[in-house]
Amino acid sequence: MKVTLRIWRQAKADAPGGMVTYPLDGVSQDMSFLEMLDLLNEHLTERGEEPVAFDHDCREGICGMCGVVINGLAHGGQHTTTCQLHMRSFADGATIDIEPWKAGAFPVIKDLVVDRSAFDRIIQAGGFISANTGSAPEAHSVPAPKRQADLAFDNATCIGCGACVAACPNGSAMLFTSAKITHLAMLPQGQPERYSRVKSMVAQHDEEGFGGCTNIGECAQVCPKGIPLESISQLNRDLIASLFKGDGKQG
Amino acid sequence: MSELPQTEAQTLVEADAESMTPETGSQSSPDSAAPAATDYWTQGDDIADTKADLSQPIDKMWEARKFSAKLVNPANRRKLTVIIVGTGLAGGAAAATLGEAGYNVLNFCYQDSPRRAHSIAAQGGINAAKNYRNDGDSVHRLFYDTVKGGDYRSRETNVHRLAEVSANIIDQCVAQGVPFAREYGGLLDTRSFGGVQVQRTFYARGQTGQQLLIGAYQALERQVAAGTVKMHTRHEMVELIVVDGRARGIVTRDMVTGRIEAHYADAVVLATGGYGNVFFLSTNAMGCNVTASWRAHRKGAYFANPCYTQIHPTCIPVHGETQSKLTLMSESLRNDGRIWVPKKAEDCAKDPREIPEEDRDYYLERIYPSFGNLVPRDIASRQAKYMCDEGRGVGPAVKERDHDGNEREMRRGVYLDFAEAIGRLGKDAVEKKYGNLFDMYAQITGENPYEMPMRIYPAVHYTMGGLWVDYDLQSSITGLYVAGEANFSDHGANRLGASALMQGLADGYFVLPNTINDYLAGAPFDKIDDSHPAAAEALAAAKGRIEKLLSINGTRTVDSLHKELGTIMWEYCGMERWEDGLKTAIEKIRALKQEFWTNVKVTGVNEDFNQTLERAGRLADFLELGELMCIDALHRRESCGGHFRGESQTEDGEALRHDDEYLYVGAWEWGGEASKPVLHKEPLVYEAIELKQRSYK
Amino acid sequence: MAITGLLLVGFLLAHMFGNFKMLLPDDGKEFNAYSHWLRDFGYPAIPHTVFLWIFRIVLLLSVFLHMYSAFKLRVRAAANTGGSRYVVKRNMEKSYAARTMIWGGIIIVLFVIMHILQYTAQVLKFGYASGVSTLEPYDRVLAGFSQWWVVLIYAIAMGAVCMHLWHGVWSALATLGVQVSAASRKVLKAVAYVISVGLFLGFMIPPVLILFEVIGK
Repeated sequence: MKVTLRIWRQAKADAPGGMVTYPLDGVSQDMSFLEMLDLLNEHLTERGEEPVAFDHDCREGICGMCGVVINGLAHGGQHTTTCQLHMRSFADGATIDIEPWKAGAFPVIKDLVVDRSAFDRIIQAGGFISANTGSAPEAHSVPAPKRQADLAFDNATCIGCGACVAACPNGSAMLFTSAKITHLAMLPQGQPERYSRVKSMVAQHDEEGFGGCTNIGECAQVCPKGIPLESISQLNRDLIASLFKGDGKQG
Repeated sequence: MSELPQTEAQTLVEADAESMTPETGSQSSPDSAAPAATDYWTQGDDIADTKADLSQPIDKMWEARKFSAKLVNPANRRKLTVIIVGTGLAGGAAAATLGEAGYNVLNFCYQDSPRRAHSIAAQGGINAAKNYRNDGDSVHRLFYDTVKGGDYRSRETNVHRLAEVSANIIDQCVAQGVPFAREYGGLLDTRSFGGVQVQRTFYARGQTGQQLLIGAYQALERQVAAGTVKMHTRHEMVELIVVDGRARGIVTRDMVTGRIEAHYADAVVLATGGYGNVFFLSTNAMGCNVTASWRAHRKGAYFANPCYTQIHPTCIPVHGETQSKLTLMSESLRNDGRIWVPKKAEDCAKDPREIPEEDRDYYLERIYPSFGNLVPRDIASRQAKYMCDEGRGVGPAVKERDHDGNEREMRRGVYLDFAEAIGRLGKDAVEKKYGNLFDMYAQITGENPYEMPMRIYPAVHYTMGGLWVDYDLQSSITGLYVAGEANFSDHGANRLGASALMQGLADGYFVLPNTINDYLAGAPFDKIDDSHPAAAEALAAAKGRIEKLLSINGTRTVDSLHKELGTIMWEYCGMERWEDGLKTAIEKIRALKQEFWTNVKVTGVNEDFNQTLERAGRLADFLELGELMCIDALHRRESCGGHFRGESQTEDGEALRHDDEYLYVGAWEWGGEASKPVLHKEPLVYEAIELKQRSYK
Repeated sequence: MAITGLLLVGFLLAHMFGNFKMLLPDDGKEFNAYSHWLRDFGYPAIPHTVFLWIFRIVLLLSVFLHMYSAFKLRVRAAANTGGSRYVVKRNMEKSYAARTMIWGGIIIVLFVIMHILQYTAQVLKFGYASGVSTLEPYDRVLAGFSQWWVVLIYAIAMGAVCMHLWHGVWSALATLGVQVSAASRKVLKAVAYVISVGLFLGFMIPPVLILFEVIGK
């Protein structure tokens, strides 16, 4: 099949960017979206042109490295990651628009590659349980109710790809932040730092320049791992409770 | 290297390979003018691990080592710097733990965040000798299973320690908030995995690797916040700095700006994963590479058992020439799925549902009636290859090169059929058990596995080989430690399912942090900076290599050369190896290396985000590794573990091990650009476990 | 934002029930009495109109804080998403109401100013007989809604209120953490739907009936 690609090209962070059109022939239906970009890059390299830079690594939908806005939807809007999108989802002769995540807190590095280190800093602010290696009690000493453990798991499936920010009209990272909050808040081991965690993570979220949440719900729609909006409600519940309860570092 | 204790030089065995007669004859007799196998390497001295105290009983050895290792005063730790390359289970866990201990840690990864290391993709689970099931599991049984699973090619002492610390790993992960699967009573659930008879595998749905890595990542980020770990993302190690025989630093390339920079430390830890991408197509992430290990190898670190690769039987087959990577599906599918190919080659293009039962060949059930579809990974993989080689493969016909280098079209796939299971258990039960795997398959292939049999084919999954380390995980370069898949240590010639995660975390959380102090107690070492001759040499070498790559401006793309290397490796050094094939491969790789250095096209400049340059640098090292893998495979004229040597098989075509000649670790020393690699043997001693030949008939 | 929003919703509900007194066939006695009662609430313990002023101050504060929060959210969003963000952008969540909260809010503010000038301050004397400067509350309402275009303006404004609350009520409850599961999301959305549509209908019944002279004549 044959497609026409319109791809955001931007030489570096502070350079102006714009859409460039590339016709591409010889695309097979079984190719993944990223293999299609590989094919384009092979052609560009052969012609001596600069290939399109894009982030990718595991190509099995779990590392969270890949992610572009395809035809106006993060990851193409198919409840999966960009690497798991296949060309059979597109019609022969289709025009496909490809843009990077765009948010102030995710500056573009080059072409489709953005800097998502803000997510790491949100985790640094408190997205962990302070348990030094070797200090752990016997795993069965604290049972965790299955229902809560399952909920923790559902939220722990977040891969930190940033699609929620890319899709949110406010550029909010609340879905990402709330997934970590909910994951740890549902486990007995997460209780001792529960309220200080939510306070400092939300503060860091705001400091990074992410927008506020107005419950539009676009984030949950594009999330490849199906993190639900309810997680944000859980974050809010804990944030409200943190006004009245002290723990962790803040005591 | 100066401190590496070596045993007395052993009388060199002149011709291991030549002295052997092929068991059932080789595919074709080598050209009489061709070099003898031994012409490809030179024999060096034997080596041995000296850190484990062999006078202790095996279950006291680790305690004894922890006690004999020197300690570093907590107040002195912050004066010492440790470089850790890699942020996967081994690297991330080690960085977090050494940070907690108070050392200054410099941590590097090539991804944009430490959370993306490829440990994240492991699906199945993690073994631990907890015996929560009361099914007779114990440290000794896990130890025994791991040694046996590795086909008696791993070091007994290391494996026993692995089994010992396995239980602590589960405790640690639970404390960190890893959401393992639980029973209704709130206690941890376990399952049996990879044909093991006890239920010792802990899991988190099909994403155990992700959950364990996120746990390590959270601990790591906590240390970043505390200031003990300094994280460098999007940095690639391109050179090792060795000063007076000690590893003292690394040279990195900042993948955003292209800046080449040296970092110095008192010790260097490599936790850079496996090298399966030498095959181009593997289940590894696109970025997985051997560069860090290979740069260390060229500086004196021995590379052990490079040819030991694990090939996984249940991957989704190649769809065409543009395939970039392969996706693994859990082996558990073989519990209920039946594997078959058509009996007649002319049926291969047909809709499988129209092929009547009598025209189907359930070949595993036919050849191995007692194990059937549950034969070990290597057997299932090899038989699938044979079926396709016979022309009975299914799925799309894909272009490839045969043994003699001729282009041909082959169908590379066999059916994994759930029709019988759906009939027996009902669709709902099958969906409950395998739903997520079926969805994944449907997503990738566009076929509905509830109606159409799945197609599977083996793919490279894990590399048991890696840098040689002693009991302390120290390589043959003093002060250079290697952890996780990057070292050769615990899996021998084949890895047991659910053991990779265990080894990565064992090394990172519990082993390395308890052994590296023995070395660091002698630190701090002399301060060095960029003006030191060793540092200047490493910096110049790194820059020179990049300049060279950018200046060639030939006509071949990096990927086209890499695919060619992959084809050679897969054909001659994959599931089945023969002497003449390996020799052919070595010649082909040498020619390809020549082609690479004269005709590769690398666009752009160094001072930029340049993914082509990154890939070119990695391929340069894969080319050299590929040659060494073939030489290692050539020298090891026995079938063992995951790899099958054509000349060494029983009368009915099964793998035949040769404990008399190959009961050792093959550790290779870099021989120099123009010289042959040097083989050092570490003889393997089995005292706690009796050697046995396996049989699955 | 959620708290002030819910306070304002509470006010609207009370306001709507007050309006229903107009439907009583008593020529507005009950409605007028209600209007005066608002000013004399708590009298003699509380002086005349003090309760009403406290009430007004709370409302004003709520409105101000609500607008301030909205402004801040808007500024933060703009700072993070920049001017022209994507060349092509599509949405998956069908949430027209959620995306237009700020515009609904602006329409409502403009409307409330007009509403107060018309019915409280009596500066805008729509439908007053010439020369008349003040009327009893009931007659003010009758006069205003005798004009079709006044009713139309009110309908548009109530449409905006309805849209605003359609998303706003659920969003406020979600922000306050009431949404605990996928099932509770459905319940909350239903509550928001009932309140927003109910308010629209409730507020529009008296004006329409007045326009079509079912009441007041």
